[in-house]
Amino acid sequence: MIAIQLTNTRAWLEAHQRLVLAAAAITAIAYPFVVKPYILSLGIEVLIFAIFAMSLDLLLGYTGLPSFGHAAFFGLGAYIVAYMTSRNELALGLTDNLLLALPVVLLATALVAVVVGFFALRTSGIYFLMITLAFAQMLFSIAIRWSSVTGGSDGLTGVPRPALGLGGFTYAFESRESFYFLVLGLFLTVWLLLRRIVSSPFGMTLRGIRENEQRMRALGYNTFRYKTAAFALAGMFASVSGLLLAQYFWHAAPQNLYWAMSGQVLIMLVVGGTGTLTGPILGAALMRLLPNFASTYTDRWQTLLGLVLIMFVLFAPKGIVGVLRGGRKQP
Amino acid sequence: MSLLQVAGISKQFGGLAALTNVSLQVQPGERRAIIGPNGAGKTTLFNVITGELSPNGGMVHFDNRDITALPVHTRANLGLGHTFQRNNLFFGLTVLENVRLAVQHHRGIARQLFRAAVTFEAVTAEAVGLLEEVGLAADKEQIVSTLAYGQQRALEVALALATEPQALLLDEPTAGMSPAETKDMVQLIDALPPSLTVLIVEHDMDVVFTLADRITVLHHGQVVSEGMPGQVRADPTVQEIYLGAESLAA
Amino acid sequence: MDTLIIQFLNGLVFSMLLFVMAAGLSLIFGQMNVINLAHGSFYMLGGYVGLSTVRLLDSFWLALMIAPLAVGALGVAIEYLLLRRLYGTHRHLDQVLFTFGLALIAADLIRWNWGAYVVSVPAPPLLQGQVPFFGIQFPLYRLSLIGFGLIIAMLLWIFIERTRIGAIVRAGVSDARMVSGLGINIQLVFAGVFALGTALAALAGVIGAPVHSLYPGLDFEILILTLVVVVVGGLGTLKGAFFGSLVIGMADTFGKAFLPEFALFIIFAVMAMVLLLRPSGLFGLKAS
Repeated sequence: MIAIQLTNTRAWLEAHQRLVLAAAAITAIAYPFVVKPYILSLGIEVLIFAIFAMSLDLLLGYTGLPSFGHAAFFGLGAYIVAYMTSRNELALGLTDNLLLALPVVLLATALVAVVVGFFALRTSGIYFLMITLAFAQMLFSIAIRWSSVTGGSDGLTGVPRPALGLGGFTYAFESRESFYFLVLGLFLTVWLLLRRIVSSPFGMTLRGIRENEQRMRALGYNTFRYKTAAFALAGMFASVSGLLLAQYFWHAAPQNLYWAMSGQVLIMLVVGGTGTLTGPILGAALMRLLPNFASTYTDRWQTLLGLVLIMFVLFAPKGIVGVLRGGRKQP
Repeated sequence: MSLLQVAGISKQFGGLAALTNVSLQVQPGERRAIIGPNGAGKTTLFNVITGELSPNGGMVHFDNRDITALPVHTRANLGLGHTFQRNNLFFGLTVLENVRLAVQHHRGIARQLFRAAVTFEAVTAEAVGLLEEVGLAADKEQIVSTLAYGQQRALEVALALATEPQALLLDEPTAGMSPAETKDMVQLIDALPPSLTVLIVEHDMDVVFTLADRITVLHHGQVVSEGMPGQVRADPTVQEIYLGAESLAA
Repeated sequence: MDTLIIQFLNGLVFSMLLFVMAAGLSLIFGQMNVINLAHGSFYMLGGYVGLSTVRLLDSFWLALMIAPLAVGALGVAIEYLLLRRLYGTHRHLDQVLFTFGLALIAADLIRWNWGAYVVSVPAPPLLQGQVPFFGIQFPLYRLSLIGFGLIIAMLLWIFIERTRIGAIVRAGVSDARMVSGLGINIQLVFAGVFALGTALAALAGVIGAPVHSLYPGLDFEILILTLVVVVVGGLGTLKGAFFGSLVIGMADTFGKAFLPEFALFIIFAVMAMVLLLRPSGLFGLKAS
């Protein structure tokens, strides 16, 4: 019954694509002006974590590399932008300009990804999972102990909202509403970029590696290089979301690097559905809204989170997207 | 000048000597078959040549190059294509997607990030062409896991052919096939261009004697006979191996 | 010189704790190809159950028996009712995520029941105090922990290498399907191995509690180090667990003592080195 209703809904949506897009655009633009500040805040968080989850999907869903340390890149984005721009006495306070900070963050993250990948990508499956978890914890421990640079367990405060400056013209995204539009813009950019990437020959290569790496090598692919590229790309997209979170809360914290953050984004991906780009977006929405909702009723929201994860793993392993598709072939 | 040459290859697994001092040379354009009873070391030798296994001793030369230390993907790019004994395909993807993966690498566009793969029409055209050669063009949109066994085996060959190899190594291409499927596979291999060098590991004697120009016989990890089909068939050592042990004729 | 001896002994203490943990984790992985991310939770749970037993029954020795049994039983229940549904070659990630969900639930429920503050656990009266040892004074409890760890290592070795059940477990590490094909009830073996691994973790938690106290976050701290141990030592063998835990235990202890800012970094550097040179660990059986 539900399957038929879903199919009908899907068909209607596909037939009226322009209408749907227009409605979505209007909702997105009007959103910050019609909802309560708290709901706007949630919206911003959901968008930021959607970017984070989509980046992990590139790695896990498309390349088949189960990373349990993706928070490392998230935290790197947060800490690097914080160190570059914060007015805290520990940091450099160089610039507010996103056009300067963003490339630095991306480059530094890519570098770290290549170095970590050099070791980690020699393994696969469970080993890869353990090693990425360990590397992320290493970054966490550096953040905690290197207090003179990272602010120790307090992290780096005083991270300013970004500005876009070109020539003499600057625009600062100070207010929550304007920051929302910055996040929305970056979210759409990342989403469109990822859509391109996954349907490109490179994206097909990654899928081939996921399906059968041995066969790819027999066809002449240097799979280690492709995996490194995927690892670096995924890391860079994740660092964008970390950068945005640090700027939103004016603070880069060790929690951004903690295993729990890697676990959270992994849960978002599993619950939403891997191997698609809609899955991580849905998962991010659900996993940001659920604790907020649940914590008003109970302190045991972490138990609830664990239960939700277990329920999905046992009964809906392909996530929400899998349930909605009802067994259709995934792209 | 031989295209493919192995010299003094030995391989041990723990205490077991799988290959001992194996040498052979394959000329360009030759159809060579490697036969021997179960456990003779045929697949081990195959894997040493393709690079899936490293030998404990000896050398592998291909196209005047020492490839002994080279990884699998480098050997493939030098022109050494191979299939697998058990179907080793991209089971979750369609038949066309399988071959496109092979073709896109060979055409050097696998690194493209920003154009959709389907827009590379030359790749698709070449892939479809290959599928027509092996008789799978009609099934190109099928998911590989839904194909019949014999069709999957044909796809194995198509994937290896897509890389336009100089030498094609086939590991028991007719394994597990019905007589009809075997006949199709033999026709396929027979129709391969004469310039392509083919090395087949096989159990099925009828297939071997139909296709091979020369045959190498392995037993207990060593070469015990080599020559043209008539010679090998008449060789008393070979007869003893096959009549003394259980018969392997199809 | 005295400091060196003290740190060396502390390193041995920590190595023994890690060994018991790594043995359990390695056993479960070797047998069932499951990485149990709740392993650290079972360690912590064992410690807290031990604490409650001591509080209620005033006996550390009873805690040593009750905690592993209770937690082991919980492990069996989880394996039988839930984990079993996830066996199958392509479901490794699902298994890991399942155990991660367990870890989240366990951490939360433990914090709910026992509180979020650091709780110190006293050593049994018999083993309190310090003793002279090669010119220094060293806590008796820690010395006995080293001895206890070595005894467990020996018992495990005898069990795995010298008994029929151990042979079945070892065979299962190589090829679970084959063992099943021999007519042995593989499901029972899985349940048993999971119970043993879990009980070992709880046991380690009980004996470790007097050394480092109990606090939220302990579960993942010990889990991460255990994972590094099995990566370094290799999955699937007792030898790997033993030598891996020696390496990591010593590196961690000496690191924290002499280079506290870089202790964890050193450990991960060791792991990275091993990965480069021997990707399946020093004594590993299972290739990745």
